[in-house]
Amino acid sequence: MERHFDEDLKALKELVLRMGSLAEDMIQKAVKALIERNDALTKEVFQLEDEVNHLHVEVDDQCLKLIALHQPMAADLRFITAAMKINSDLERIADHAVNASQTCHYHLFKETPVPQISFVTKMAEISQKMLKESLDAFSKKDVNLAKSVPEQDEEENRLKKQALNDLIELIQKDPSHAKQFVDLILLSKNMERIGDHAVNIAEDVIFMVMGKDIRHRF
Amino acid sequence: MDKNKIRIENLTVKADNTEILKNISLSIRQNEILSAIGPAGSGKTTFLRCLNRLIDTEEELSVQGSIKMDDKDIFSPQTDLSFIRRKISMVFAVPTPLPMSIRDNLRLGLRFQKRLSGININERIEKSLRAAFLWDEVKNRLHESAMKLSGGQQQRLCLARSLMVKPEVLLLDEPCSGLDPISTAEIEEALKNLKKEMTIILVTNNVKQASRTSDRTVFFLMGDLIEMGETGRIFTTPKDKRTSDYVSGRFG
Repeated sequence: MERHFDEDLKALKELVLRMGSLAEDMIQKAVKALIERNDALTKEVFQLEDEVNHLHVEVDDQCLKLIALHQPMAADLRFITAAMKINSDLERIADHAVNASQTCHYHLFKETPVPQISFVTKMAEISQKMLKESLDAFSKKDVNLAKSVPEQDEEENRLKKQALNDLIELIQKDPSHAKQFVDLILLSKNMERIGDHAVNIAEDVIFMVMGKDIRHRF
Repeated sequence: MDKNKIRIENLTVKADNTEILKNISLSIRQNEILSAIGPAGSGKTTFLRCLNRLIDTEEELSVQGSIKMDDKDIFSPQTDLSFIRRKISMVFAVPTPLPMSIRDNLRLGLRFQKRLSGININERIEKSLRAAFLWDEVKNRLHESAMKLSGGQQQRLCLARSLMVKPEVLLLDEPCSGLDPISTAEIEEALKNLKKEMTIILVTNNVKQASRTSDRTVFFLMGDLIEMGETGRIFTTPKDKRTSDYVSGRFG
């Protein structure tokens, strides 16, 4: 039986996916800005933040209304709680895109270019893939796809560790570019955190679909 | 480990060739509230009526299997029916006060009790009414007709009346179906307090009431026991899709 409530749930899903799409767009622009040294793109990221913040509030508001008015159970309840948690993760992801753009706009683009941005762009590639797959898994309720996301986080963490070690070494060897290298450390941290939030989203999808909590490997 | 109060094994109830309950086996823990949920015709009320042998009044039904309370066989011919009814009280969907005073309604069950010496009736009345959250509303008019009470008060009187015989098990068949939200909340609060002293089995069509009130929930569908478990789990991560669909309001 199709319920009126199902329409409300569909609308909520659309809102979350809209927010996910904006967050993806913001990361893409932030990374492109870094690669192309394009300051106009960083400003586009700042502008998109407003829309994400509005959606953040709207999704929470919709979830609270659905809980209060329909008192959902079972799969419906898991869907709504997952939507609320994913909503928080997406807002944090958008914040990291903004932080990365701020680092570029206020600091990195004011210094001479360095070729080591590849440390960050490699990580960004993985983070973007993890986010896309976690959102696809949410959209399609695809548990297998969701399960593949945390596995990629190990590679992301390895790259982060390597970037940190290499950049510290570079700072010691070439202090004249220390500012740029510190900026790259900050950017790599942003990319790593985006990957962590994508893992959270994937774990929420697994709980939403299967009712199984795999967080912290309990 | 939780002690079982009632054990039901292979319980089947038939009317002619139709099975109303199909080979049901489950245990009910002492001092728990167990909710039985399911759509109309799922067999939940029949299940309840088996527990105190009210099913005996329906001659067209045949019952197989066993129900044991504290290892005493409920269906055994040697088991005294009045003993069962004293130990297992029941509250029905529609309030059933009798056209007599509030006090006489409450004393009714005790009239059939063999040994009344040593029972302080006034104390028992006050305790039962307090447990049913009715004492403050009727304490100064116990001599008045029970028929003057509101629907919610009448139902709480019926609950108090069933408590007068100090039952070990309390059966409730849709006890709040006609009540307003405040009366419903009062009955639910009363049940949560009462479970310290007795085992409660609540049949309800209101899944929200089952989720709010009970420790465990059993879901019946067309005479089959589909799923039983801790209420928190049944309403968040049910194992069976039919349970999930029913508690989410997709059918029923």
